[in-house]
Amino acid sequence: MSIPPTPAGPALEFDPPLSPVMRIDCPVRLDYTIAAGREQSRFLRAMSRGHLLGRRCPECRKVYLPPRGTCPRCGVMTAEDVEVQPRGTITTWCVTNVPYEGQVLELPYVTASVLLDGADLPFYFLIQGLPADQIRMGMRVEAEWADTLGPTLDSIRCFRPSGEPDADPASYAEHV
Amino acid sequence: MATPDDSEVLKAPYALQYTYTRSTGPVLGHFFAGLMAGRVLGARTATGRVLVPPAEYDPDTGEAVEALIEVGTAGTVTTWTWVDAPAESAPLSRAFGWALIRLDGADTAMLHAVDAGSPERMATGMRVRARFAAEPRGAITDIVCFDPVEAS
Ligand SMILES: [Zn+2]
Repeated sequence: MSIPPTPAGPALEFDPPLSPVMRIDCPVRLDYTIAAGREQSRFLRAMSRGHLLGRRCPECRKVYLPPRGTCPRCGVMTAEDVEVQPRGTITTWCVTNVPYEGQVLELPYVTASVLLDGADLPFYFLIQGLPADQIRMGMRVEAEWADTLGPTLDSIRCFRPSGEPDADPASYAEHV
Repeated sequence: MATPDDSEVLKAPYALQYTYTRSTGPVLGHFFAGLMAGRVLGARTATGRVLVPPAEYDPDTGEAVEALIEVGTAGTVTTWTWVDAPAESAPLSRAFGWALIRLDGADTAMLHAVDAGSPERMATGMRVRARFAAEPRGAITDIVCFDPVEAS
């Protein structure tokens, strides 16, 4: 089915002539209150004490970080808090080269999915401390904590290369 | 060990905001220019109806509208509701009425705020007049709100 062409309207002018306003600002804003939920509230409180707290599924034994109240694979409630190490392996990454509104970091910068030691779910973090073109899968990184800790993801400023040898691809192949 | 405080679910404010700029087109472009000049323009269709705010096409027939014409800055409330606690984005910071207002010379009604002070002063059929902004910038907010016109 073809769409008929839009009819051309008459030249709509007004006497005395007005200079039409061709653009208007239409900002859209929605104000939410986000509730973190039980598990993530515990996770955020642990961050304010410098710890990373995951949650283990009693059936498949996978550890979720950020923690989940249920295992999406098994459909059962997670049952156990597990401390996860603030170091891990990069499974995939992104280099941001294009400026955008609200950007605060100097370009180019790197963000990456980091599979933390002891966790089964990669978590997205800012990576600092290396030229963007040296980022790679399997690279080992460690957390740099902020000077002031709080119940927020900002408690970790970024991850930096730890200097360890790259991880064996088999160790993270399942999580790519 | 969990303390009562530790079991409490954390909450935080979260604002989702987009800074859209919308192109207006020839009809609304003139409408906003009119508001800047303290005048309200409507669109006259081939069947003679006057749409305010103006549309580019007649919603009944799909035909392009024929002309822009000036309508009055006073009008009649056709229906309304009262806002006791205005949101931050509301046109007025005190309680006000949202109303559909049919301006004199128009056949359709336009949504705008009425600064009536209390819902007892609001009524379907009441007369209102536009209050224009001291510093217009080519937007619907160039009409700050409508004021009730006291019957004389
Ligand atoms: Zn499971």
